[in-house]
Amino acid sequence: MSNQYSNRSGIVKIIFLAVGVIFVLRLAVLQIFDSEYKEKAERQSLRNVTQYPARGLMYDRNGNLLVYNEAVYDLMVIPRMVKELDTTAFCRALGITREDFDSRMMKAYIYSPYSASIFMKQISKEEFGRWESQLYKFKGFYISKRTLRIYDRPIAAHVLGYVGEVNEKDLEDNAYYKRGDYIGKSGLELSYEELLRGRKGKRVIQVDVHNREIGHYMHGQLDTMPEEGLNLYTTLDADLQEYAEKLMANKRGCIVAIEPSTGEVLTLLSAPTYDPNLLVGRVRGENFVKLNSDISKPLFNRALQAQYPPGSIFKIAQAMTALHLGAITPNTGFVCDKVLGCHNHPSARNVQDAIKMSCNPYFYYTYRRVIQQGKYKNIYKDSQYGLTVWHDYMLRFGFGQRLDIDLPNVKKGNIPDTAFYNRWYGKERWAFSTIFSNSIGQGEVEVVPLQMANLACIVANRGYYITPHLVRYYGPDSTKIDKYYEKHETGIEKEYFDIAVRGMYDVVHGAGGTAHKANIPDIAVCGKTGTAENYGEDHSVFIAFAPMANPQIAVAVYVENARGGGGTWAAPIASLVIEKYLRGEVKRKDMEKMYMDINPCQKLPLVRKIKKKKK
Amino acid sequence: MQTDSKRFDWLAIVLYLAIALFGWVNIYAACYDEVHAQVFDFSRQHGKQLLWMGIGFLLAIFVLLIEPRIFSQVSYLLYGIVLLLLVVTLFIGSVTNGGKSWIDLGIFKLQPSEFAKFATALAVAKTVSAIDIDYTQWRTRATLALQVLLPAGLIFLQHDTGSALVFAAFLIPFFREGLSHLIFLYGVLAVALFIAALLVNPYLLIGILLVLCLLYLFVWLSKRTSKTYWHTALFFVLCSLFTLSVDFTFEHVLETHQRNRIYVLLGKVEDPQGVGYNVDQAKIAIGSGGVTGKGFLNGTITKADFVPEQETDFIFCTVGEEWGFLGSLALIAMYIGLLVHLITMAERQRSTFSRFYGYSVASILFFHIMVNIGMVLGLVPVIGIPLPFFSYGGSSFLAFTVLLFIFIRQDADRNALI
Repeated sequence: MSNQYSNRSGIVKIIFLAVGVIFVLRLAVLQIFDSEYKEKAERQSLRNVTQYPARGLMYDRNGNLLVYNEAVYDLMVIPRMVKELDTTAFCRALGITREDFDSRMMKAYIYSPYSASIFMKQISKEEFGRWESQLYKFKGFYISKRTLRIYDRPIAAHVLGYVGEVNEKDLEDNAYYKRGDYIGKSGLELSYEELLRGRKGKRVIQVDVHNREIGHYMHGQLDTMPEEGLNLYTTLDADLQEYAEKLMANKRGCIVAIEPSTGEVLTLLSAPTYDPNLLVGRVRGENFVKLNSDISKPLFNRALQAQYPPGSIFKIAQAMTALHLGAITPNTGFVCDKVLGCHNHPSARNVQDAIKMSCNPYFYYTYRRVIQQGKYKNIYKDSQYGLTVWHDYMLRFGFGQRLDIDLPNVKKGNIPDTAFYNRWYGKERWAFSTIFSNSIGQGEVEVVPLQMANLACIVANRGYYITPHLVRYYGPDSTKIDKYYEKHETGIEKEYFDIAVRGMYDVVHGAGGTAHKANIPDIAVCGKTGTAENYGEDHSVFIAFAPMANPQIAVAVYVENARGGGGTWAAPIASLVIEKYLRGEVKRKDMEKMYMDINPCQKLPLVRKIKKKKK
Repeated sequence: MQTDSKRFDWLAIVLYLAIALFGWVNIYAACYDEVHAQVFDFSRQHGKQLLWMGIGFLLAIFVLLIEPRIFSQVSYLLYGIVLLLLVVTLFIGSVTNGGKSWIDLGIFKLQPSEFAKFATALAVAKTVSAIDIDYTQWRTRATLALQVLLPAGLIFLQHDTGSALVFAAFLIPFFREGLSHLIFLYGVLAVALFIAALLVNPYLLIGILLVLCLLYLFVWLSKRTSKTYWHTALFFVLCSLFTLSVDFTFEHVLETHQRNRIYVLLGKVEDPQGVGYNVDQAKIAIGSGGVTGKGFLNGTITKADFVPEQETDFIFCTVGEEWGFLGSLALIAMYIGLLVHLITMAERQRSTFSRFYGYSVASILFFHIMVNIGMVLGLVPVIGIPLPFFSYGGSSFLAFTVLLFIFIRQDADRNALI
């Protein structure tokens, strides 16, 4: 009987083999054909911890720290890892409500249940310290260290710019950025983003089921150290910047001060300005909305973006061009026949006088000789030719093009060319008589204040400029930026600029000059006033440089809607800035106080005060 | 009778050693950390397992030196001792993981249920090897059933359901000895009904059963006698009663965690963080291994404690993760190879005792392997039983070793009639 059923051994073996085959098939599915588990494995056992480098610092030209960092903490969450959470205790520790907790959690969950997202950002050191000891109880949460910008002196907001979280576009444009990263949004923070940000590091940490770190994955072979951002050594003079901002505190307008020999921007401000600390940390969003909706436009950088008609200041470039082209000689005189409106003054007998007195008819006639050179009989064609030549020279002065300053969103202004007028009036439908307003900086000509300051530099340098810039060098090796050492020649003879310098000296010092208020005892200031016509009250404009023989500073001042022309408002403010820079302090205290206190345009509301909240 | 080492089945021994060593390598990997990397660190599980393996090998040699007839002679005695130990465990056992299956001996916690397997196998083999065995007698059947169910029941009372279920493996040797194959069909039917009753409305199920029975009677059968009517009716009533009892059994007999394990397997609940967590993690660990695995000690899931009980019941995860599909395939091949070879060995026995015992060994190992790997792969509900020779654990390693080597010893003397 014992072997009656021996054939059943085959059945048993088949059962064993069948189970083996089922297991192998199942394994093949799990391990070879289904990648789901591999991905899940990556997510949960390895935690990629991004290590954020400290952002580069910014110094002024004298080594004063302008921007530095403060450590803050982001509370990260991996929703799927959250377990056995005592929500009440958690909410109490963080000081949030249950609803807040739910919505934050939901947000994180929607982003990804398996990867880390920010639960609460920018927690201060003090706040974090209060519940740090409880963190271990909150499974699925961990802390990521970040840095925030800090500004000891609330100055130069427009230059320094601000940092914010990356938006969708940033994420799309550059694979470096991940959600929640910070990026320079404006100013130097934006221009030098790649230098300042450094490079993020990564630590691949193995995490056990209790969310405990149990060491580096593959002995840290996949880890990368964060590279610190590079420091920027800017050209700004913090003291001068602060002083200039005080002068403009209750005004609208802008000041640009440049060291002519190097193109280094000493001061660049746009008033009204704002405290850069407002756009840092958790209050940033709220404050940004307020600043952005303020009708006085504190976020708008007038120095680079406001395109004004240059007014009389433009006459210097006209005189230089005409001299160079031989349209006039240094001793050419024109009768002030009021062909264009002009103030009462003796007729200019030479170029120097014309600049001093800012005679409108003089430049009308000068411009006519430039535009209608008599190359063609047809006055339309002749004007076309003249305008083309003129346009080329205006560009050499840095007008009508974006100056390659290391700040974003600089405007190029407008120097009309033949194409412009052909579009406007039609081909051969315009001639000098149509466009003569350009001669005195009105009409279709527009410049940004930076270009005006640059014009002052060109005159101060007697014929060339170096592109204005805000960074002298960066990083530990003091790397210099080559393009900021290139001279841009106008191609106009130095002797003609000497005439312009003398004319501008007379503006401040000579009899009949329009800007005696710019006079600083014992300093030879050269300047030129302007009045930029505007739909409302005119803007008061002044450019200047000093000292005459060896210019250390060139400055352009715009005061918006200030009655009385360039000599009344802009010139004295410019002189205060020059004195401050050259002497380190201003001796004319009365004048200083007066121009700090007066608001030239009381009708218009100024900055709405934003209360600075604690971060 | 001389023992002749040449007659020992070296294939079985080599497979056993290979599996055991591979197991140790994986235990080492599962509890590896840089601080305790030494192989002979007896405070760590891999160190302890090394000790157990050493003892196990000595025990194996000892077993091979025993006169084979002794096994038959002491089988009832051993069986009795084990039953006693199981009863004692019920009273003085220490509770681990909700199961009361350990006797704390100070230096070592003994798990009598592990030894109950080979003791029962020996005792039942002894019973069926009687010259005058008559399976047609209810008395014989009852005796055999009792011999298997008694230890199983005691283990069940220890809340060690998994180990109790192992005794179902005895169906295979009984099947070899002549038990009707219908028992398997009924078993499969019962499992199918059980699952179906959980998934669909039981009354709908009874309706379907009724339709099937009627179809059987009036469409399938060409000749109908009163006997076929009665049988079909009885079948239908029993099935219906079983179906109706499923709900009750499920809700009141099974414990919550057991219910949940079944639900998770059936996909009725998804709870990767709770009950399904173990299985989910196990699948992630194995799945992430890919074809060739992450390499020795490079497992991230198992190493990071994501898989619970990774050196005992879920040890296969480490194989899957670190050795990949190829390593897992090799292990399964070794196991199935050993099982098939054990059947071949059993078939060449001249005595019913050793044949039955051989089948029992293969079947017990098979049940463990099937349930353990099946559970890790998500094919079987989570039932906590170790992988033979492989999982960490002194009692189970020693018990499996003894279980196997008793048979190898018997096989060496297969030509002798006991």
